Amino acid sequence: MDLQCRSLDVKIATGGVALDRDARPVLLIHGAGMDRTVWNQQTRYLAHHGFAPIAVDLPGHGGSDGACHETIGSMAEWVNDFIDEIGMGPVRLVGHSMGCLIALEVASSFSANVERIVLMGAAAAMPVHPDLLGAAQRNEILAPQLMTAWAHGSRAHIAGNPTPGLWMRSSCQALLERAGDGVIFNDLYACNAYDAGDVAARIECPVTVIVGSEDKMTPPKATAQLVAGFSEVELKHLDGIGHMMMLEAPNDIRKILLEALQ
Amino acid sequence: MVEPDYLKFDTLSLHAGQEPDPTTGSRGVPIYQTTSYSFTDTDQAAGLFNLEQPGHIYSRISNPTVAVLEERIAALEGGVGAVCTASGMAAFHLACATIMSAGNHVVASRNIYGGSHNMLNLTMPRFGINTTFVDPRDLDAWSDAITPDTRVLFAETLGNPGIEVLDIPAVAEVAHQHGLPLMLDATFTTPYLMKPIDLGADIVMHSVTKFLGGHGIALGGVIVDGGRFDWAANDKFPTLSQPYDGYHGITFTEEYGHQALSMRARAEGLRDFGAAMSPTNAFHLLQGIETLPLRMQRHVENTAAVVDFLTDNEAVSWVSHPSVSSHPDHELAKQLLPKGAGAILSFGINGGREAGRRFIENVQLASHVANVGDAKTLVIHPASTTHQQLSAEDLVAAGVGEDLIRLSVGLEDAGDIIFDLARALRASQKG
Repeated sequence: MDLQCRSLDVKIATGGVALDRDARPVLLIHGAGMDRTVWNQQTRYLAHHGFAPIAVDLPGHGGSDGACHETIGSMAEWVNDFIDEIGMGPVRLVGHSMGCLIALEVASSFSANVERIVLMGAAAAMPVHPDLLGAAQRNEILAPQLMTAWAHGSRAHIAGNPTPGLWMRSSCQALLERAGDGVIFNDLYACNAYDAGDVAARIECPVTVIVGSEDKMTPPKATAQLVAGFSEVELKHLDGIGHMMMLEAPNDIRKILLEALQ
Repeated sequence: MVEPDYLKFDTLSLHAGQEPDPTTGSRGVPIYQTTSYSFTDTDQAAGLFNLEQPGHIYSRISNPTVAVLEERIAALEGGVGAVCTASGMAAFHLACATIMSAGNHVVASRNIYGGSHNMLNLTMPRFGINTTFVDPRDLDAWSDAITPDTRVLFAETLGNPGIEVLDIPAVAEVAHQHGLPLMLDATFTTPYLMKPIDLGADIVMHSVTKFLGGHGIALGGVIVDGGRFDWAANDKFPTLSQPYDGYHGITFTEEYGHQALSMRARAEGLRDFGAAMSPTNAFHLLQGIETLPLRMQRHVENTAAVVDFLTDNEAVSWVSHPSVSSHPDHELAKQLLPKGAGAILSFGINGGREAGRRFIENVQLASHVANVGDAKTLVIHPASTTHQQLSAEDLVAAGVGEDLIRLSVGLEDAGDIIFDLARALRASQKG
């Protein structure tokens, strides 16, 4: 369905049900070059378990209008405005990869709008390989290919999709290929430029961080550096899982989310 | 410059979609010969029925053995997902029924398998879906045949039986300019010889019975979802882009985006039409796919030898295979099919229908069957078998003359195949 923010259409996925404004709102923010559909293994489940999931397409992504925001800070301001716009706050914020950085900024700068955050594939810094950044700048298919190759654990490169018939690697690449020209570069550049500083220390709400042991994009060591800064954090490890953990280990993620979001 | 460390085609042929069985450690794919699956609790059961979580409910909708085959074919084709069916025709029907409704229209190549032609020309009109057939080489004809009701362009990667090579990028461009998907039957090429999705196709289907299985012992079909087509870009595909009461108002494009087709085809198509693949067939077909790269290489090598032989034979009036320099698509084949243009060819036999009959009756190694893509060499006379339902006019339009023999070159020793053909050709001329 579509909502509005700053007078532009915003595409959201709600798990295939009408948005329940009396249920506990969960705002899910996708990563670089992606869109709301990366949460399709979680939204419908949450919608039928007492929550109001809102998987949002950031401006310029998926089905949302507008141009991409160029910095994590600007993206966070937009997310905060969106929370105000839907009038259901404070929300539970769930972020993946770049979405984690946005969630961190929203939770630290607009704390009244955030009840708690859950981060998947998170790190205080997300430096991007120069070859990937260059390919993205040139809108080459190599960018989706490299992101797909690095974003999955070794198991996901062979098998293991619990949804019968779906092939994880091409699904990720196809999703990234659908991004408009410049979108992936915009997002990767924003991640590359982001400096977390003391953001973790400024977050007062409860935090859950989920880390995949085979995450090459935000390796466990990088996640650990971020985690050390939180005053209150629950850490969840997933063995053999890479960066696309909500799709690689959807059953585990659903279980963790159900506990963390209560 | 770094490169993506993707597993390569030969590796995926053996491994994609399967891990050693977590319960027994079985390295081979187990045959889960079961109709149904025990639920762990009522919450899980409700979640499975409501698409809240993935898993198996009933083998008409999904099955663990079939799922390995689906994931493997999707991996080999570069699709986001695949749905297997009882046969290739069931796959064709599933794809059509998933994206179209009464009042819709298809533009199809006129040079397609007789069964597919029948379905589009005779059967689908009973359900309100009509088709315009066009010359696959005529790009203007594709474009001119599109109407406001058109929902898909359909062709075969290699036509049947004339082995026309479809200019996939060009036809895909026509389709996409009109906001339509291109669906291709890639049975004759397999993903080893060509990956249609990389060339612009949006839906790929196979009769898995043929080269993918390779052994001619198990029926099966599959549709592969390319995941690149935007079903929500216009209002032409309401089955995917509008709420569906079958799952309490879910809109597949909103929730599943680029996987919408795969999800709807299974959730509705297999559930309601029920043309599911049997797990035992999936097991057999998986054994075939494990050797697909090796077999296709040999098919192509043997075909080259047979083409050379036929080209020089006095009993043969013409040979149609894209590897022949006189074939109209020879240059296109070199571009789109660098590993080879498949193992199916047709040739004309001097003496027409009677000579054709004598040829068929005198082959001993080659088998006279209504099939292609077997490990064994197969021959058939299409005018009297696969294309017999076509009118004389449609036969001419489809390029099926009475002298036409279709040959599916197998994996036997090339010398033995040629010896058999030479003997039968000699006999054919002794009328």
